[in-house]
Amino acid sequence: MSLVVETKNLSKHYNDVKAVDNLNLQINEGEIYGFLGPNGAGKTTTILMLLGLTEPTSGEVRVFGYNSTREPLKVKRITGYLPENVGFYEDLTARENLRYIARLNRIPDKESKRKIEEVLSKVGLLEVADREVSKFSRGMKQRLGIADVLIKDPKFVILDEPTAGIDPEGAHQILEFIAKMSREQGITILISSHLLHQVQRICDRVGIISKGKLVAQGTVDKLGTEIVSKGQTMLEVQVSELTPKLLEAIKQIEGVNEVTSSGNLLRLRCTRDLRAEISRTIWENGGFLLGLRSQDYTLEEIYLRYFRE
Amino acid sequence: MGGLSVVFWKEMADYFGSRRFIILFLLICGIGAAAVYIAGQTIASELARVPSEYAFLTLFTSHGRTLPSFVSFLGFFGPLIGIILGFDAVNSEYSRGTISRVLAQPLFRDSWINGKFLAGLATAAIMLVSIILIITGLGFRMLGFGPGGEELSRLAVFFVISVIYVGFWLSLGILFSVLLRRTTNSALACIAVWIFFAFFMFMIAGVIADQVAPIGPKSSTEVLARHEHIKDMIMRVSPTTLFGEAASAILIPSFRGLGLIASLLEAEIPTNPLSLGQSLLIVWPQLVTLIGLIAICFAISYVIFMRQEIRST
Repeated sequence: MSLVVETKNLSKHYNDVKAVDNLNLQINEGEIYGFLGPNGAGKTTTILMLLGLTEPTSGEVRVFGYNSTREPLKVKRITGYLPENVGFYEDLTARENLRYIARLNRIPDKESKRKIEEVLSKVGLLEVADREVSKFSRGMKQRLGIADVLIKDPKFVILDEPTAGIDPEGAHQILEFIAKMSREQGITILISSHLLHQVQRICDRVGIISKGKLVAQGTVDKLGTEIVSKGQTMLEVQVSELTPKLLEAIKQIEGVNEVTSSGNLLRLRCTRDLRAEISRTIWENGGFLLGLRSQDYTLEEIYLRYFRE
Repeated sequence: MGGLSVVFWKEMADYFGSRRFIILFLLICGIGAAAVYIAGQTIASELARVPSEYAFLTLFTSHGRTLPSFVSFLGFFGPLIGIILGFDAVNSEYSRGTISRVLAQPLFRDSWINGKFLAGLATAAIMLVSIILIITGLGFRMLGFGPGGEELSRLAVFFVISVIYVGFWLSLGILFSVLLRRTTNSALACIAVWIFFAFFMFMIAGVIADQVAPIGPKSSTEVLARHEHIKDMIMRVSPTTLFGEAASAILIPSFRGLGLIASLLEAEIPTNPLSLGQSLLIVWPQLVTLIGLIAICFAISYVIFMRQEIRST
């Protein structure tokens, strides 16, 4: 498998602030890579350097083997970019906006006419193609942004916070579409996001960035098991009545590391699966077990763990 | 070059479709035509007494009782055209979030800003040529004769000078639109510079000249001349003055020079008209200075823009 993106000790400093600090990132061809981190972690800065829109302080970026800093045009020709808060020329129609981008990519008008129809119908905006963009909703604009990216037949697509500010259903649609795009056309995709639970579903691999550094990288499963091997299981327990005696009894169970309670809800951090012991303890202390859920390793926890460290 | 022409045509289409352009255009055409109409009436009655070789050109330079001449009118409102075309050229793309989308396309950054500048200049040129043509047509009808060959070439030179003048304000607008992120701030900054050059420069020049070479009722001619000279030189910092001088010298063939000599004309001492080449020689420094000012403004915005980080938030 060949590398689509490769960065070597990539750094970007703004005065004294290290926005990106010795980042080594590798993205394989055809995969969906989730680039995750809180706001201000350096995600957008990294993306700008991938596209040659910002010069790195040190280090090197290569996209399909082209140096982004020195040959940005070659990179931009094959890379589609959907910026965060994508904007359109509001007084032009969706079709006119796309035509401008097609012309900038030197797609002849004859060909782009067909192409625009094609991408608009793919994202479900064909009926509103001749409506001014100022009348579009946020979700529609985001879909138009994806159409805009697809118009140049990219081999690699960068999506910066594609689901931010969109209702769950719209976000779901967009993510489904992204997954489909990768599957059917073999496009390599980089999704940057701070909303893990949304993104983790479709990512082949994720990288977690914090304060400009890549703190973890791998498949979601792999990152999950890494945490399990450190002996962490989360249980959520709901009881009929939480008496101090019961709380004390649960804390006494061997293997329970941490207990937090709110109302009748308990959150336990255990070294192993203790569901049987816990339900017995509750029964023995005269309470009823109303709910018991072992939490899956969502990226959320992986993520929070890394940021706590 | 492909990218530049795409940007150029897109920006042109935007200008001509925008509401503020249409309003501005109608307004300026209206006021310009009114100025010339009033001037035409005065000229028509004068011509009956004294026939003149360059009567048609006086349409642009003479003023009626209530309205200023077309040239001084353009000196005032030309900046407005340039500023309105340029003040939000770059920063509005930041605030709309379109800049990162456009610059992620295979397009050199300089093609983008050059395309914007050239589109603004072309729009201004089209606007000015149509105003001049409208006035010529109106003059034709009012005076009963059209411009002669020499007058036509002088009008063409006047057109070029006007485009350069508006071009300066356009590049100033673009400069502020690169420097300031908010469109309201850049508009205010442009208008401040415009008001300064159009109104305050005159007062400042007067004050400084009074300080350096004070004049009284008994002052000698040398002191008076020196006073006027200092005032003129300070006034020439302002592009509005440069334009006024250049346009007058081109449109009034009997202009033999600027500054004190120009007042010969006001004193109605009869002078023979100069050829176009000679008139051009008089205003050469003014023209070069205006072009230089454009180059400086544009170069600064170019350099800053090329180094700017393209981030829409």
